[in-house]
Amino acid sequence: MKIFKKSQPVAQVKKAKRSVGGNIVLGVFLASLGFLFFFPVLYMVSQSLKPMNEMFIFPPRILVQNPTLNNFRDLSNVLANTLVPLTRYIFNSVIVVVIGSVGHIIFASMCAFPLAKYRFPGVKVFNKIIEYSLMFDATVTMIPNFITISRLGMLDSLSAIIIPSFATTLCLYLMINFMQQIPDSLLEAAQIDGAGYFRTHWKIVMPISKSALVTAFIMIFQRLWTNTGDKFIYEERLKGFSYLVTQLSNGSVTGVGASYGGILAAAQIIMFLVPVTVFLFMQSNVISTMATSGMKD
Amino acid sequence: MDEVIKRTKWQWFVHEVKRYKVLYFMMAPFMILFLVFVVWPVVQAIGYSFTDYNVLESANFVGLRNYRELFLQDKIFIKALKNTIIIACFVGPGGYILSFLLAWLINELPHTLGTIVTVIFYSPSMAGTAVTVFAMIFSNDSTGYLNAILINLGLTTDAILWLSDEGTILLIVILASLWLSLGVGFLSFVAGIKNVDEAQYEAAALDGIRNRWQELWYITLPNMKPQLLFGAVMSITGALSVGSIGDSLVGFPSPNYASHTIVNHLNDYGMLRLEMGYACAIAVILFALMMILNILVQKFLRKIGT
Repeated sequence: MKIFKKSQPVAQVKKAKRSVGGNIVLGVFLASLGFLFFFPVLYMVSQSLKPMNEMFIFPPRILVQNPTLNNFRDLSNVLANTLVPLTRYIFNSVIVVVIGSVGHIIFASMCAFPLAKYRFPGVKVFNKIIEYSLMFDATVTMIPNFITISRLGMLDSLSAIIIPSFATTLCLYLMINFMQQIPDSLLEAAQIDGAGYFRTHWKIVMPISKSALVTAFIMIFQRLWTNTGDKFIYEERLKGFSYLVTQLSNGSVTGVGASYGGILAAAQIIMFLVPVTVFLFMQSNVISTMATSGMKD
Repeated sequence: MDEVIKRTKWQWFVHEVKRYKVLYFMMAPFMILFLVFVVWPVVQAIGYSFTDYNVLESANFVGLRNYRELFLQDKIFIKALKNTIIIACFVGPGGYILSFLLAWLINELPHTLGTIVTVIFYSPSMAGTAVTVFAMIFSNDSTGYLNAILINLGLTTDAILWLSDEGTILLIVILASLWLSLGVGFLSFVAGIKNVDEAQYEAAALDGIRNRWQELWYITLPNMKPQLLFGAVMSITGALSVGSIGDSLVGFPSPNYASHTIVNHLNDYGMLRLEMGYACAIAVILFALMMILNILVQKFLRKIGT
């Protein structure tokens, strides 16, 4: 193999050829479909920049004519007069999202590694249970869950959202699937070098499954960020930012007035921008080739 | 003789448990929470499906009555079952193939551009209220965008009642669901494709793989089996639990139950009527449906690239 490679000029061996025609067709396909998918976001942005007189124009226009930041200013005025200071809502959200996501990634990755790579008694049963637990509708498990949470005394506290979120199976299942691709030889080598399971997990499995961990992080982050928690938390000063936004859309903060649509759109833009920022930040930290380094058998 | 084998089997089991005891410790924190917050509620819900539990009164055991009623008397449930299967037939495979195709195309792009394009396609799933745009487009009166376009082009003189006509409701729910189907499975595909070893592509190019289609079939797909399985589970659960999209487009219940799905039916009994026993039975049926489908799809996926 090596000899063969040497005899070839490096630039030519890279990958199978991409035809120019194919590139153009696929590029056009991607761009037009991308517009279709991005349309609602575009609409949302445009809506948040519309001055009041454009909100009720007939026939309705999709794009804003005279963009203004008034809606964002109104939003901050409205939020300045909430029952509990805005910073408190944001603080609650940050606590829930940070502790929830980080804790989940640590617990779930520690659970996923053994399930993906070792054949100990019970592993098949555990894997099946986890896979099928994804398929049970959450509506009917809500009442049993409510009873458990109240028995544990977690009702009306942030832990009612944080602690159950540690046990989200979706990300665990994702990690198990990705970690199955780690070559056994790498783990054996670590074992021979004297690393225990915990050390192997921390030093080899975690760095190598970075792309899976990042994807899982985005998933759990988004879940926690949009979780209003209104089923388990009643006290206003323990509620998060997403709850405030749902209240805005109910009209219970502003009242259903004329400027309400624009304010709502502005709030939704903020709700949307946070996960997008996290997404871009996390993704830019994963260089595509990083994931496979050291994974060659 | 049997006695000996049994003992050795048991001894082997104990031996293996001891050997891997560190792994059990590693898994314990997650597993305990998982049992408390996921498995236990599911077990309880399955138990409730054999009772007449209604949240307010204590539950009485009624055997299979809920299931019998669902299949033999509840015509709306049968309609919901039919609708769910129709929606799933389009949204499941459609969303799955679309997710993979897009992830694969994104992988051809340079890293930064690829990330931005990923965000664009994932954005409907991140923008909480994205479905409202569909309501604007298909709005019934002449202010709906699609109707306005059709009237301006002279294709129709009267506004089409997209969201009231039984024939079109289901179609629009399918379209909106497809458009929201680029979710978690899509993200796992994007991450999984990047994990495929570059050296394999190089080796394949030497071995005579000529274009990207061959590369896709012989290298990319077989290397992505774990992600393909994950995506399949996501597609199955996603496609069979379409429900809230219909709610926000046409309201609940949909006109003449035109887009009524199993999940809609479940929410109706679980959240509105509080007939928990009945709702749990619906959940169990949905669960069984997903399990069966999952087994079939996994059998099929194992054949890829072999």
